Amino acid sequence: MANGAPIISSNEGVAAALAKSLGAAVLDTVEAYDEISFTVDRKKLPAVMDRLRDKHEYQQLVEIAGVDYPERPERFEVCYHLLSLTKNHRIRVKVTTDEDTPVPTVTHIWEVAGWLEREVFDMYGVLFDGNTDLRRILTDYGFQGHPFRKDFPLTGYVEMRYSEEAKRVVYEPVKLAQDFRSFDFMSPWEGADYILPGDEKSEDADDKGAKS
Amino acid sequence: MADYLDEMDGIADEADPTVGDLEIQNYTINFGPQHPAAHGVLRLVMELDGEIVERLDPHVGLLHRGTEKLIEHKTYLQALPYFDRLDYCSPLAMEHSYVLAIEKLLDLEVPLRGQYLRVLFAELTRICNHMLNIGAHVMDVGAMTPNIWVFEIREQCLAFFERASGARMHSAWFRPGGVHQDVPLKLLTDMADWLDEFPSFFEDAMSLVIDNRIFKQRNVDIATVSKEDAVRWGFSGPMIRGSGIAWDLRKSQPYDVYDRMEFDVPVGTRGDCYDRFMVRVEEVRQSARIMRQCLNEMPDGPVASSDRKVVPPKRAEMKQSMEALIHHFKLYTEGFHVPAGEVYVATESPKGEFGVYLVSDGSNKPYRCKIRPTAFSHLQAMDFMSKGHMLADATAILGAMDIVFGECDR
Repeated sequence: MANGAPIISSNEGVAAALAKSLGAAVLDTVEAYDEISFTVDRKKLPAVMDRLRDKHEYQQLVEIAGVDYPERPERFEVCYHLLSLTKNHRIRVKVTTDEDTPVPTVTHIWEVAGWLEREVFDMYGVLFDGNTDLRRILTDYGFQGHPFRKDFPLTGYVEMRYSEEAKRVVYEPVKLAQDFRSFDFMSPWEGADYILPGDEKSEDADDKGAKS
Repeated sequence: MADYLDEMDGIADEADPTVGDLEIQNYTINFGPQHPAAHGVLRLVMELDGEIVERLDPHVGLLHRGTEKLIEHKTYLQALPYFDRLDYCSPLAMEHSYVLAIEKLLDLEVPLRGQYLRVLFAELTRICNHMLNIGAHVMDVGAMTPNIWVFEIREQCLAFFERASGARMHSAWFRPGGVHQDVPLKLLTDMADWLDEFPSFFEDAMSLVIDNRIFKQRNVDIATVSKEDAVRWGFSGPMIRGSGIAWDLRKSQPYDVYDRMEFDVPVGTRGDCYDRFMVRVEEVRQSARIMRQCLNEMPDGPVASSDRKVVPPKRAEMKQSMEALIHHFKLYTEGFHVPAGEVYVATESPKGEFGVYLVSDGSNKPYRCKIRPTAFSHLQAMDFMSKGHMLADATAILGAMDIVFGECDR
């Protein structure tokens, strides 16, 4: 073993055994970096989770992470990280969804899912069917939008300040004192997808036969 | 007097209700966000029946800074200091998960001395964190002196951080591939001397509270959590061990050189606030034991990987070598590229399982970095833990949970 990352029980044969046990619900199995992830059918998620907890001893739901891939037809991935305390093993279960299609909740299997689903809803706008308390959790009261989507700007849309005139906190559209600086550290000769400063002159330069 | 006699007979006076009258209804109070016992910015909406908590709804997110989104816009190295600012009471433990996740994606080997230094300072962080929590907990339930004593120990820990990294709290000292700088020998010998001194001081402070009648009355049998509940609510760290499950990631899923360390995992028997407190007290002793082993066994050698595509060269080398200069320039502008893939790496932070789910698309910036805070699952359980307890117990329960909002809200 080269790196110092945590060592869990062997993955030997686990992926195949679980895929066989879960049957048709599993759409894809990936084993990379000593970690196993299953992509499962969204509709069958509660059944899969139930089976993993009761039959395969994955007792704990550790984390639910949303990931946004805007170029995909179903842009959101919801990743459930499961931990088995008895087998000392971790797996990841993924479902995909889009803005409008709800994912079935797992709050009836693990109570801890309540807040974790709320967080994914808050950050990505993924809906969870059956979660009775799907309020925003991390963002401000009355916040609009879902900030962790890739198309949401880092600066956000509104900023707040205390207004001395109004004697209260007011919300205003973001005004940047200078342009938002997004540094691009990629080497230009490794394929920058924009016109380098000065290159726009190259067409005129070509006519004159000179190139910088 | 007539009122008093009516009350004795159970006759309710609608105009002037007293305790026991049927007219008195549950009422809702707001605890925080600015409250000394809230350990930061926590707002609790409590529904009370007299002084008994009926329902409790924690409102979190008041310290939400969008760390995960910011990380997506930074290179891997630039994102590292954000981890110090998550759980600002145990900054190095936060960095540990992140650097291990990067190293797992890169399949990068860390030299032995680097691994020992990381474990040494991770355990110092644990002591530092528990000093704060133990002190805050005893103060929440009314004791003053032990807090001042253990803060003295915490101050000494912070001095060690400062000598190693230059910063008392936000060290940014663990780096992908090792640690930033080697420590001077004097620091290690001073640390060894300190490990001989501080336990007696710590035990003195603890002897004031451990068998104290008032402290026990405030903690024993408060917020009892069964093993089953602890598993279902996703507990980890001292919270799950307090409930009697011997689960410690340092033991079960060892990382760096924890597999060479000998230490015991303390567990509680009843799963109440007192057990959680005592688990932390014992963890301090065990951390000191691990630190002594680290100091005894630590080999000489490099503290960071010699892979120049990830770890920048030393400054002295840059004065001589053009290639070192180029590497330095490239690493501090473009940064290193991490192979595409996704990993979830969790370490035993002082508060529990702190995980980092890192998705890389092969570029120099993380595509997604999901942070798994320990506080989220613990705080969510606060509702069922507080039910039926007194309002004043809420602070004891919160103190025994060890919550820091930098990490909870991210």
